[in-house]
Amino acid sequence: MDESLIYTRLGEIFQDVFDEESIKMTSGLSAKDVEGWDSLTHIRLILTVEKAFKIKFSTSEIARLQNVGDLVSLIQARA
Amino acid sequence: MEACDNFPMNPLYAELQWLPRTPEDFSARLKILGNSTGCLGREIQALALHALDLNQLTKLAKVIGKARLNGGALDPLVPFRLAVLSNSTIDLIVPAMVASAARHGIALDVIQPSYDQVAQEALTPDSQVNSSKPDAVLFALDYRALPFKLSLGDAESSSATIQGVIGYLQTLRYGIKTNSNAVCIFQTIAAPVESLFGSLDRALPGTLRAMIDGVNREMAEFVAGSGDVLFDVASLAETVGLADWHDPQIWNMAKVPFSDQLIPLYADHVARTVAAMRGKSRKALVLDLDNTVWGGVIGDDGLDGIKVAQGDAVGEAHLAIQRLALDLRQRGIVLAVSSKNTDEVAREPFQKHPEMLLKLEHIAVFQANWNDKATNIQAIAEELSLGADAMVFLDDNPVERGLVRKLLPQVAVPELPDEPAYYARTLVAGGYFEAVAFANEDLKRADFYQDNARRTNLQKTVGGVDAYLASLDMTITFQPFDATGRARIVQLINKSNQYNLTTRRYTDPEVTEAESDPTVFTLQVRLADIFGDNGMISVAICRPGQTGEWEIDTWLMSCRVLGRKVENMVLRETLKHAREAGIHKLIGTYLPTERNKLVVDHYAKLGFTRVAEEESGLTRWELVVGDADPEIAPMNVVSQGFVTDREKSFVWT
Repeated sequence: MDESLIYTRLGEIFQDVFDEESIKMTSGLSAKDVEGWDSLTHIRLILTVEKAFKIKFSTSEIARLQNVGDLVSLIQARA
Repeated sequence: MEACDNFPMNPLYAELQWLPRTPEDFSARLKILGNSTGCLGREIQALALHALDLNQLTKLAKVIGKARLNGGALDPLVPFRLAVLSNSTIDLIVPAMVASAARHGIALDVIQPSYDQVAQEALTPDSQVNSSKPDAVLFALDYRALPFKLSLGDAESSSATIQGVIGYLQTLRYGIKTNSNAVCIFQTIAAPVESLFGSLDRALPGTLRAMIDGVNREMAEFVAGSGDVLFDVASLAETVGLADWHDPQIWNMAKVPFSDQLIPLYADHVARTVAAMRGKSRKALVLDLDNTVWGGVIGDDGLDGIKVAQGDAVGEAHLAIQRLALDLRQRGIVLAVSSKNTDEVAREPFQKHPEMLLKLEHIAVFQANWNDKATNIQAIAEELSLGADAMVFLDDNPVERGLVRKLLPQVAVPELPDEPAYYARTLVAGGYFEAVAFANEDLKRADFYQDNARRTNLQKTVGGVDAYLASLDMTITFQPFDATGRARIVQLINKSNQYNLTTRRYTDPEVTEAESDPTVFTLQVRLADIFGDNGMISVAICRPGQTGEWEIDTWLMSCRVLGRKVENMVLRETLKHAREAGIHKLIGTYLPTERNKLVVDHYAKLGFTRVAEEESGLTRWELVVGDADPEIAPMNVVSQGFVTDREKSFVWT
């Protein structure tokens, strides 16, 4: 799947999950950069991504995620 | 959003399919709400009445919270304060509960103490829960929260374990009763999927499954008649399937007690339980008849043609709806009928069809007429002295459902799948008649309402029908008869009884003859709208009469599109072609039959003048083409396949 396409789709998902339109998608974006990105919202984010891309991540894959770039690579490898 | 392909679940439950899909403008409407002050309850409820997913529920809950914080009134939502005590992470679930409660007319305020403080909160007099004076406390506990200890084959220890669990729950209840006197809501326990022996688990004392069975049974007994409430999560989990319910991965990662995909479902069930405690359960079921109570259209298919018999797959699906309606009536739900039909025709199956389970004596109010259904349901509510918010309306036709939702938003209108076999299940999944108690008086309630129901004639109609019709984005397509449409034309000509002016039946060769006769004007009419393509819904044939006149030989329409002013548009199209052909007068005939009383005033309504009436009831009508201008209906018009007069003479002479 095309990387820019994944970023676009992720942008929509972030908007939906964080209820915030101004989040800019970059590979380095991580929890400390976004207000409200706590452990629970993180779970909701992962669940929404899984549903949107019709994939299921393993527990260790989720644990290794550091930033949006990691998430994009993971989606690319699976979708 | 679509279901995850990796983990497909039954979408009726995972996606709340009895609710309409979330509209495109959901986020925009939410944003407007977030920036508004004043009374937001109605719009919040309107948004909540869609099949919202977890993110949408979370966002709606945020707006509700903000409105409450700003002191905004949430009327007409009824306040309810619920404390939730749980051994798991309910942070994802609480916002879903708040938003789902709005769907059921409740402004829910959730008290949520810290994680896994169940006993401390219940037993300490000045705990967060007890000092907040909740209306009810929900013990959202699953099997992992309770002291289950395997004692395989040991009936005595097994029984002691069960008593231990029940004793623990009773201690919690005692704490709440003593300290805040709130109603306690106890959840039954969903058994985990992983068995130890297999089938033997159910029979052998001391297995987890056997002990959970025991606890659920005893819990139901001690809650019954106590004034507290049982929330049957075990049954909910079994309904969707235990393997879908339990998701060990999300438990391990975040201690979410069941699959995230089922949070909207669970939250709706909490909400309907709380709403039932506030007396918000629905009290009456209004049934459509054609293709809902029976298969087919009584006015067209007749008593022998409708499907309502055992041994016929479609008939059995509709019988299942009748059986459900009767069972609901037995527990006190009032039944009513709203059908677009002639009254006598609609009553006939109830009186004469031997396989009908529903009889006229079961129906408190019977409204069969040609009014719009919002008007009828309003009248039913008035006759029963119930509010529109006490009614559920069941209809297979999405246009009727949409109209009632639009004009009477307080009425609950479940979406239905295409397959009637799933109608009964879908109606039940909506949980409209959720009850937390049952009294002997309930058994007599349906009779009581029935005795009080007066038969009234409908005078006023509910406004706004035209605006609704315009919102359907209808496209009407006119074509002359052709080979492609012929089979359906022949079918309509030979089947339509109600909206049929002359009821003349023609064979395939006769239709072909009309099709190729240049002196005969033929019309096949299709209608599409936002719900899809209705296919061919009207047919007309005009034959040359006296010089400069057309005799309307045949004019019929499917009753499915009744009330959309299709007939106006058909007349406009006919007039257009009449002018082109140099015709100055249209002659119409109404030939009365047993079935077509519906169209006795058809020509009068369209501006024709009556010129003759016979003893048989036959009437003759005429319309001068020149100045005729029937009212335009809100739809796009496509006219195609007609040859101009010049081409016609080229082709045919």
